[in-house]
Amino acid sequence: MEKRATFSNLWLAAALVAPQLLLVFVFFYWPSGEALYWAFTLEPPFGGSNQWVGFLNFSTVFSDAKYWASVRVSLIFALVATVLSLAIAVLLALFVDRRLPGHQVYKFTYFLPYALAAPAVGLAFRFIFAPDAGFVSAINRAFPDLWNPALDGVDALALIIMAQAWKMAGYNFVFFLAALQSIPRTLVEAGAMDGASVLRRMRDIQLPLIAPTLFFLIVINITDSFVDSFGIVDITTGGGPARATDLMVYKIYSDGFQGKDYSLAAAQSIVLMLLVVALTFVQFRFVERRIHYT
Amino acid sequence: MIERTPVLDAVTHAVLISGLLLLLMPLWIVFVAASHDFQTVNQVPMPLWPGNHLLENLSLAWERGNFDRVMLNSLIVAVGVTVGKIVIAALSAFSIVYFSYRLRMVIFWMIFITLMLPLEVRIVPTYAVAADALRPFQATLDVLGIPLDLPEWNLLNTYSGLILPLIATATGTFLYRQFFLTVPDELTEAAKMDGAGPIRFFLEVLMPLSKTNMAALATIMFVWSWNQYLWPLLVVTDHQNFATATMQLQKIVPGPAFGEPPIWNVAMAANLIVLAPPVLVTILLQRWFVRGLISTDK
Amino acid sequence: MAEIAIRNVRKTYGKLQVVHGVDLAIGAGEFVVILGPSGCGKSTLLRMIAGLEAITAGEIAIGGEVVNKREPRERGCAMVFQNYALYPHMTVAENIGYALKVAGLAKAERTARVAAVAASIGLTDFLDRKPGQLSGGQRQRVAMGRAMIREPKVFLYDEPLSNLDARLRVAMRVEIRKLHQRLGTTTLFVTHDQVEAMTLADRIVVMNAGKVEQVGTPQEVYGRPESLFVAGFIGTPGLNLLPGTLDPAAGVVHLEGGRRLAYDRQRWAGAPAGRVLAGFRAEVARLVRPGQGLDASYEFAEELGASRLLHGSLGGTVVVVSVADGRMLQPGETFGIEVAPSEVHLFDAETGRRLPGEARPSSRQSVPVLEAV
Repeated sequence: MEKRATFSNLWLAAALVAPQLLLVFVFFYWPSGEALYWAFTLEPPFGGSNQWVGFLNFSTVFSDAKYWASVRVSLIFALVATVLSLAIAVLLALFVDRRLPGHQVYKFTYFLPYALAAPAVGLAFRFIFAPDAGFVSAINRAFPDLWNPALDGVDALALIIMAQAWKMAGYNFVFFLAALQSIPRTLVEAGAMDGASVLRRMRDIQLPLIAPTLFFLIVINITDSFVDSFGIVDITTGGGPARATDLMVYKIYSDGFQGKDYSLAAAQSIVLMLLVVALTFVQFRFVERRIHYT
Repeated sequence: MIERTPVLDAVTHAVLISGLLLLLMPLWIVFVAASHDFQTVNQVPMPLWPGNHLLENLSLAWERGNFDRVMLNSLIVAVGVTVGKIVIAALSAFSIVYFSYRLRMVIFWMIFITLMLPLEVRIVPTYAVAADALRPFQATLDVLGIPLDLPEWNLLNTYSGLILPLIATATGTFLYRQFFLTVPDELTEAAKMDGAGPIRFFLEVLMPLSKTNMAALATIMFVWSWNQYLWPLLVVTDHQNFATATMQLQKIVPGPAFGEPPIWNVAMAANLIVLAPPVLVTILLQRWFVRGLISTDK
Repeated sequence: MAEIAIRNVRKTYGKLQVVHGVDLAIGAGEFVVILGPSGCGKSTLLRMIAGLEAITAGEIAIGGEVVNKREPRERGCAMVFQNYALYPHMTVAENIGYALKVAGLAKAERTARVAAVAASIGLTDFLDRKPGQLSGGQRQRVAMGRAMIREPKVFLYDEPLSNLDARLRVAMRVEIRKLHQRLGTTTLFVTHDQVEAMTLADRIVVMNAGKVEQVGTPQEVYGRPESLFVAGFIGTPGLNLLPGTLDPAAGVVHLEGGRRLAYDRQRWAGAPAGRVLAGFRAEVARLVRPGQGLDASYEFAEELGASRLLHGSLGGTVVVVSVADGRMLQPGETFGIEVAPSEVHLFDAETGRRLPGEARPSSRQSVPVLEAV
């Protein structure tokens, strides 16, 4: 899309866009370029400038079982948290959209979890799901040692999945409800005239019509789980126990800043970048489609 | 809506109330835990009704977390990011949409691509740049063979270091662009006929029209920047002076000694303090927040 | 008040040429309507005069001064847009006074002038409202007030009435005409509505496919269309056109299907023989018994109240005849049409232009009833 009415002062145009370009150059393009540089070079042990090592860093990363464990955990985390939070959100949105008395209350409270910082969510869930205090500990009273995220890797992963799903459910709800409300009422009414019951209408009319939103949210949720999960992991489990919650972002952080191995961290960053970029491409294609819909 | 049978209405209410419990329970538990003393909070099962130690815990947490200082820091960062974003994004979107020059699409894509890679995935090199923000320019000068020495500009432990990298994304630019494209061309032409130049048009026509978008963007950016965690964790080593609120959460969890339970009541009080500003903002400005969420697509 | 000279003006977008070399001279104080179907380049021409569109080639002068390189604000034109383009965040007073504010006038003077303009167009009570709180007609007036306040040399209207309902449109038409009488400002008005053009214009410029088809007073374009396009576009319904061959010796057109139509031989003394289209207005045709004129087969009628339009088929060509009497015909029934030779227009079937060789009637009123439009 282009404007028919434009201005022609080019110096002004350049000056207006300059601050953004400078910021983007310094904090986006340069670092991204440098990540590439580091990923393909190594710092010699006795000083001097970095040396080109080709795909050595990548092969180091890929031959490390810990890395693959981290990838596996990240994928499980992404998929389960996404499915969980989308399912909760779409269910709530469908029922809020029935617009019974009081539905406004839900509309304005369900998105609250998303306003919380990831570490705040992490801290809350760490307490709620603590094995010896808090809310869930009562389970251990009944069944001793059933639940202990500090020792049991599966429990720990479940904990961060629940925290992530909880945080994103509010966000997803907002989008689902907006999508549902943009469906013309007459369509649902036509479904009712055709004899479809409430649940049937949800399945046959409303869900298919919000499919684009669903698709968009899947991508957003997976991306977020790769990125914003750092705060949750750092506060709840610190990647443990025994690397059971060592998500990719967290591993990059610990390799790069605690292990001080920039080249290894950079190679992992590149892989994560490619993953996120691939997801974003899928999303752009979809956004493109969505524009045609409206 | 159609088909209001009592049974279906009951099911609907049941689903919605369970949803409310599910989504608000964690917040409630944080609040309850923050209002009890150390012994009570560690009871199993914990009480579900607030006690009367809330203020005491809050003030203890406030003191331990150095919240006098860190809340101010977080506020400075959040406001800085919000204002910077709103201004810079509006200017660049105006340039991209309302001027026609050959590089326009190139520049648009250069900015747009930044949406793809959040700060977290390029954290390592971004951190390296923050140690000397002028290094990219110095390196460019060196490559071009220009013998000019720029001073070092270290952003670690500065507000600029906390703020600037967070502004360097396309979120707002994209939002403004989408909005500007919906502004009718005739309005621009009418302004031209009335004798207004680009700056005047921007300030007196475009900006007043963008008010709702600006409010939505501001709400989102405030919450987003307040909640930043990884970046401040890296860029701040001088915790006494530059730590932000979210960073304090990490410090406040560990228990007093090995084997003893953490002081949950104070930790939850600290959590309340940290989560209160963004939650209040979203409650008070929920209209803008929801609108901002949907229109920025993050 | 200023005259406008348009010399061989062209506009191309990439390879697409939308205005092909237009020449036009508009006198100071004249009210000129540019009329044409959508996409004919009329709005583009107007916007080039306003300075909103770059001029690809040619020259536009306002008040004797070439303005090709001038910014819109330097041209002394004011414009009323199709959708009014009112600033939604400003009040009526701010909208009207914005140009003065940009020009740096003192607030007191601005207020006084806004009040004066508002009073002259009946907006005094609405000065504090926002455009969103106004009706369509009121918005239209605000747009006009905004144009008036600058006391421009030229008024430009870009289809300003097309968003109004039919009644309001007639009322606003009257207001625009009155405004012109009062201020006497040179006015250019773009529309696709021929009724608007006929009622408002001193002169009409008919455009089609980027070219000027004809320039003339409303009577001229109606009574003496220069081309088939104008003949079909002006008048409701358009000119009836029957294909045939001109026989100058006999003073008739041999229509396809063997019938003959007499034309004014003296007037078209110089017309060459050849394929032509013979045209006549629906209003000038008289209904006669079958066999006494041109026979047509009745299809249906449009009731207009004062008259009816009979649609028929004449040798495969559609003809429309306006009749005042109330006789009903059955579909398929034959009726006769008689046309006075002086009312017959001739067009070259090849070029689509009016047939050359016509003696120009100096000031003869060739149209019997203009009000029929």
